[in-house]
Amino acid sequence: MKLVLTPEQRELREAVRGFLSGASPLPAVRAAMDSETGYDPAVYRRLNGELGLSGLIVPEEYGGAGAGFAELAVALEETGAALLPGPFLATTAAAIALTQLQTPDKELLGGIAEGRVTAAFAPASGVTAGTADGDGRAALSGTVPHLLNGLDADVLLVEAAAPDGPVLVAVEAGGAGVAREALTTLDPTRRQARVTFDGSPGRILSGADEAGLARARDLLAVAVAAEQLGVLRASLDAIVAYSKIRVAFNRLIGSYQGVKHKLADMHCKLEQAESVVRYAAWTADEAPGELPAAAALAQVYLGRACFEVARDSLLLHGGIGFTWEHDAHLFYKRAKADEVLLGPPRAHRTRLADLLEL
Amino acid sequence: MDLEDYRRRARVWLEANAPQARVEGTPDAGGVAAAKAFMAELYDAGYSGITWPAEWGGQGLTQAEERAFAAEAARFTLPTYVFSIGLGMCGPTLVDLGTDEQRRRYVRPLLRGEEIWCQLFSEPGAGSDVAALQTRAVPTDGGWVVDGQKVWTSVAQNADWGLLLTRTDVDVPKHKGLTMFIVDMHAPGVTVRPLRDMTGRAHFNEIFFDGVHIPAENLVGQVGGGWSCAVTTLLHERLSIAGGVGMSGQKDNPVAFEALRESADTGDPLVRDQLVELYVRSRALALFNQRLSQETKAGIFPGARGSAAKLLLAELTLFQADLASSLAGPEAVAHSGAEGDGGARLAHSLALAPAMALGGGTNEIMRNIVGERVLNLPPEPRTDKNVPFKDLKTSGGPAS
Repeated sequence: MKLVLTPEQRELREAVRGFLSGASPLPAVRAAMDSETGYDPAVYRRLNGELGLSGLIVPEEYGGAGAGFAELAVALEETGAALLPGPFLATTAAAIALTQLQTPDKELLGGIAEGRVTAAFAPASGVTAGTADGDGRAALSGTVPHLLNGLDADVLLVEAAAPDGPVLVAVEAGGAGVAREALTTLDPTRRQARVTFDGSPGRILSGADEAGLARARDLLAVAVAAEQLGVLRASLDAIVAYSKIRVAFNRLIGSYQGVKHKLADMHCKLEQAESVVRYAAWTADEAPGELPAAAALAQVYLGRACFEVARDSLLLHGGIGFTWEHDAHLFYKRAKADEVLLGPPRAHRTRLADLLEL
Repeated sequence: MDLEDYRRRARVWLEANAPQARVEGTPDAGGVAAAKAFMAELYDAGYSGITWPAEWGGQGLTQAEERAFAAEAARFTLPTYVFSIGLGMCGPTLVDLGTDEQRRRYVRPLLRGEEIWCQLFSEPGAGSDVAALQTRAVPTDGGWVVDGQKVWTSVAQNADWGLLLTRTDVDVPKHKGLTMFIVDMHAPGVTVRPLRDMTGRAHFNEIFFDGVHIPAENLVGQVGGGWSCAVTTLLHERLSIAGGVGMSGQKDNPVAFEALRESADTGDPLVRDQLVELYVRSRALALFNQRLSQETKAGIFPGARGSAAKLLLAELTLFQADLASSLAGPEAVAHSGAEGDGGARLAHSLALAPAMALGGGTNEIMRNIVGERVLNLPPEPRTDKNVPFKDLKTSGGPAS
């Protein structure tokens, strides 16, 4: 079990952190969230061009870096800490699904690795796939009520129910019969859409099986947990820094036990959260048998810890934390959006109970 | 020998030797003799002091071997309780700070269980604020004379040696007038009285020192340097508590997840979710401890972060005893009284649970340490730092 970053992984962290602090500091995040697209395409291009992040876990033969989840977790932690808007997580989710196919789709993987294609992934969607013509084409029907970056993705990957079991279908987002409706999101830094398919033509990706799709869902849970770790860490860093400069009653507020002890408890959550994420990423890379329970553990622990720390960070800022101009609410909202992104928290808890055979 | 091989051999040895050596609770004289015999076998087999330096009697191996052994040992309840203070605190302090003569004299007998150690820091007037201690050591011919009182001292009734923190100078600020010694617990003037705790048992003692002579060579570190020695000991204490170096695992813990999953009604969705909560907390802390130990191995010193692990363990201990007794219902608080009765074990766990949140530094002290030494938050305003000790307010009697 590897729970400590290697020197190379620490270098990757520094590279991503350095890039984001220059290209997407919080004022830029605010500008992006108020823009029409909700993110800065130039930053996303550079993220993929200079750092190759969209292709990080894409195998080298398809133009990616062929890195593991330990590395992906490092990158997502940083994009989470920066509250990076845009399609990085959603496209990564699609890449995760694509890498679980027994026959990889060269075209899509290559497009994602190059940063040319943005995508979104709807796991276990409830959409049905009619496959009457039997030539690998499908007609999708149904609704994905909340799809991360569903509005700006080029390609939608939908895990749909077909007569012979679940399939993974690629749909052109702008294709016939696809209706995408922007949702008003609590988290202004990342958008979601309601997507309705009405006999929409799609391509059934070959080599999808139940086990691979289940593994894709677990891997996505680990990826989101890594982002949550970054949101948690940044929320804590912000309030620790503030408590060292804010004065009340002639003392720095960090010297009061009422503040200090809360920050200590938040630090304890960070330590455990990082340990859980490193472990879950390790199971993704090295211990497939442990992955399902580790993924559920990661969602149960990180979802709560990240939201609680973001909430307490906001509260400890005092009244300023309640203002729109302060960034604390952006972390609070991202934390809640992430906590329920893959379903209500009870779903992860129930899954963990099932896996533990309780 | 590769790690798998090492682990396999440890398993074989434990299966052959561990189960017979079982001792329950606070050992009596016969229990101590049996524990010492077991410890000698453990040492001779190469499983005591696995990571300790070979030149002082350890095995000179790595954390990897220690973890491998601990993982196997977790399936047994080893009778190592009376040695836990020596192995977790006193021994590591001597290895870090003792003279070569002291290391030669004390480390091997400690590891082999021939001599039992206790730690003598806390006093009735100096608990969280241990640097406020008042036990005096005054220079005399060839050594020192000690007068005072210590408290909360685990295994003192069985101990041969103690690591003693004293005040040697009242004219300087409190942290600067302390000195550490090795004290012979059988010396004239040492009185050990068992102290009954809330479990009804005597897990620790109060110790009285009346004109006890300590030879000069028993000084640890520098005269006046006792505080930095004590910090070293306390660091080892928190790491050893958090990491469960005591070697006995959770196997027999009636309030741990593994036990509750057998006894609780998981058909009830509320019970099921409470067990998930316990699992998540236990697993998150276990992973944190493993990460700390991997970092140590990689040369990243955990320092005060061990206090975070200790705080989390204290909270988990309270949580799981609370949960287990609530799940059990009335039988947790009223039972037949027979030893080994399920209800008796739950009641004992519940009564014992606060110990972890108090011993080795209260949760509040741990939070101060995490806040100030990990997060580098501004310190508490201190009115005692630059004042001679004799001018300070004290609890439990005058300072000098």
